[in-house]
Amino acid sequence: MEHYPRVCVMGEDVGHYGGSYKVTKDLAKKFGDLRVLDTPIAENSFTGMAIGAAMTGIRPVVEGMNMGFLLLAFNQISDNCGMLHYTSGGQFTIPTVIRGPGGVGRQPGAEHSQMLEFYFQSIPGIQMVACSTPYNAKGLMKAAIRSENPVVLFELVLLYNLKERIPDEMRYHVMQAAKTLVNKGYDPEVIDIRSLKPFDLYTIGNSVKKTHRVLIVEECMRTGGIGASLTAAINENFRYYLDTPIVCLSSKDVPAPYAGTLEEWTVVQPPQIVTAVEQLCEL
Amino acid sequence: MACSAAGKIIHPPSINSARSAQKPHSSHKIISPSAFLGFTSQPDKLFPVSRTISSTGRRSATVMAVSSDVVKEKKLKNAPSSAPNLLITKEEGLELYEDMILGRAFEDMCAQMYYRGKMFGFVHLYNGQEAVSTGFIKLLKKEDCVVSTYRDHVHALSKGVSARAVMSELFGKTTGCCRGQGGSMHMFSKEHNMLGGFAFIGEGIPVATGAAFTSKYKREVLKEDCDEVTLAFFGDGTCNNGQFFECLNMATLWKLPIVFVVENNLWAIGMSHLRSTSDPQIWKKGPAFGMPGVHVDGMDVLKVREVAKEAIGRARRGEGPTLVECETYRFRGHSLADPDELRDPAEKAHYATRDPITALKKYMTENNLASESELKGIEKKIDEVVEDAVEFGDKSPVPARSQLLENVFADPRGFGIGPDGKYRCEDPKFTEGTAQV
Repeated sequence: MEHYPRVCVMGEDVGHYGGSYKVTKDLAKKFGDLRVLDTPIAENSFTGMAIGAAMTGIRPVVEGMNMGFLLLAFNQISDNCGMLHYTSGGQFTIPTVIRGPGGVGRQPGAEHSQMLEFYFQSIPGIQMVACSTPYNAKGLMKAAIRSENPVVLFELVLLYNLKERIPDEMRYHVMQAAKTLVNKGYDPEVIDIRSLKPFDLYTIGNSVKKTHRVLIVEECMRTGGIGASLTAAINENFRYYLDTPIVCLSSKDVPAPYAGTLEEWTVVQPPQIVTAVEQLCEL
Repeated sequence: MACSAAGKIIHPPSINSARSAQKPHSSHKIISPSAFLGFTSQPDKLFPVSRTISSTGRRSATVMAVSSDVVKEKKLKNAPSSAPNLLITKEEGLELYEDMILGRAFEDMCAQMYYRGKMFGFVHLYNGQEAVSTGFIKLLKKEDCVVSTYRDHVHALSKGVSARAVMSELFGKTTGCCRGQGGSMHMFSKEHNMLGGFAFIGEGIPVATGAAFTSKYKREVLKEDCDEVTLAFFGDGTCNNGQFFECLNMATLWKLPIVFVVENNLWAIGMSHLRSTSDPQIWKKGPAFGMPGVHVDGMDVLKVREVAKEAIGRARRGEGPTLVECETYRFRGHSLADPDELRDPAEKAHYATRDPITALKKYMTENNLASESELKGIEKKIDEVVEDAVEFGDKSPVPARSQLLENVFADPRGFGIGPDGKYRCEDPKFTEGTAQV
């Protein structure tokens, strides 16, 4: 924001409150109320407003207080953010960044725990990225702001309080499982997919060519999740390199329950990952 | 027909005020338009007078179409023979006339072309509502923005997009204003600051609010000298949509330089405004959010222009938004696919007598601003322009396959890296439109 005066932030409680997860803390004091805009609770409209501002020269960063609230802005994100560059014949660009924290953790209940990448993945014209560590969050955010394309940036709620280079929950589970597997004598290669749309099939492909077995671990729902898309993409492109069918471990197709024990069982846990890998390797 | 008019805010008399503590403005208060400013100090909710809702959808008797008492008075004072207090000069009148004739002729030609199979899909025509578009948009500068709905051909034309570009766009040719990719409902022009063209109702209002936000941002953060105004056009059906209310709130909150223009033509496809709205007087929704709400006769371009001058002036001076409800009517169906069976022929006939073009013609000839032959000359000229536009559209090429993958992303690297490690947009087949994306 210092380097580019046209970059501004819009969202609920981003200004004086500093962001509901303190992401934009003190920015309003430094840059003023118009550059760090506290909006009323009208997601569809302020996302549309960000799009209108982007069309006329500003580079807004829209914060959905919770990723689930972006559902309310779906009309604007899909029709305007994604498609407007195309329907205007390339005349208007929409250099917005829409970000939102989501995911399970600390028992926020069903509606606040959603991971919504899979709803947005079909929208043509947007790029989606997800960050998994505080370190790559910064890099992704900078790249997203600089990009001329609209970018939706998915963050994990649990990441926010971390000061060290500790990865997010799913990555953490996977790394734990990987450690167990290494101890058991396996040689897993872990790829942390940060670009959800488009997929980085090159890196994935190189790994498939080496290992010939793929296990996808994600926090999305099983049905229609990013993992499902990725399974299709890998099958299409690297069919002959696979020794076994692709296995996809995702959250169960249930709303996230409030109770701690139930919540834990909706998402993939490290022992499940280890078992899945072992099964894959036996085939 | 009284062509002379100025928009006024009229408070319906409040029948009963449940809030005895507050002092409501009980009597008719006729305020001149320049006192739009005083409006925000009257936040009282005025209770609606009981209305007779006829099933034919005729306007309720209590909606007072704005008429000009002020200008009528002026006229009486002066000798009737010389009329030095006309609302427009000859040049302005001719400009307005030409713009409205262009809108009408263009839309009629669209209908012909549609039935001849030259354009497809949903085409929504603007016949009858020209006064609103001309009345407002002809007051704007090139840098001001206009946001419209699917009924946007005439807004684009009034804003300055050439008839050729719009017609080619409708034919789906590459020379169209959006390269044939948008179509009837997505007329965009960066050069003329026409920000579209939106298919879903209400979708454009936040975008207009954003454009107005940019004006304010440029002025206050970037310290540029910016007094650009944005106009958002939408219909009566949209006024029941959440995005409308959310944007009214935000616009007043941040005093954005925007004018919300409601083209109330009483019908949302087949849904009568009176059947779908609890309080059909849309202008009242402005004061509920702290901005002036004005009701104006949208079949009279001069009345619309007077109100527009005040509203746009307000926005330019930084005094905030205004909600203008224009009572208008569409002579054709909702779209060219609409059989238009629900509307009462009597209602249509009534509004046909209030045709804005006939009215302006009458005003100009009666006040000796232009002769019949001059106006006929304009009509002929416009006919030629429209014919030329059709010819241009016919001769223009259809988009080639290579256009398929263009413009999806501003930065085509957004298509990502393919399995071979190279950017998909660098694939030689990309420019043919046959790359795998």
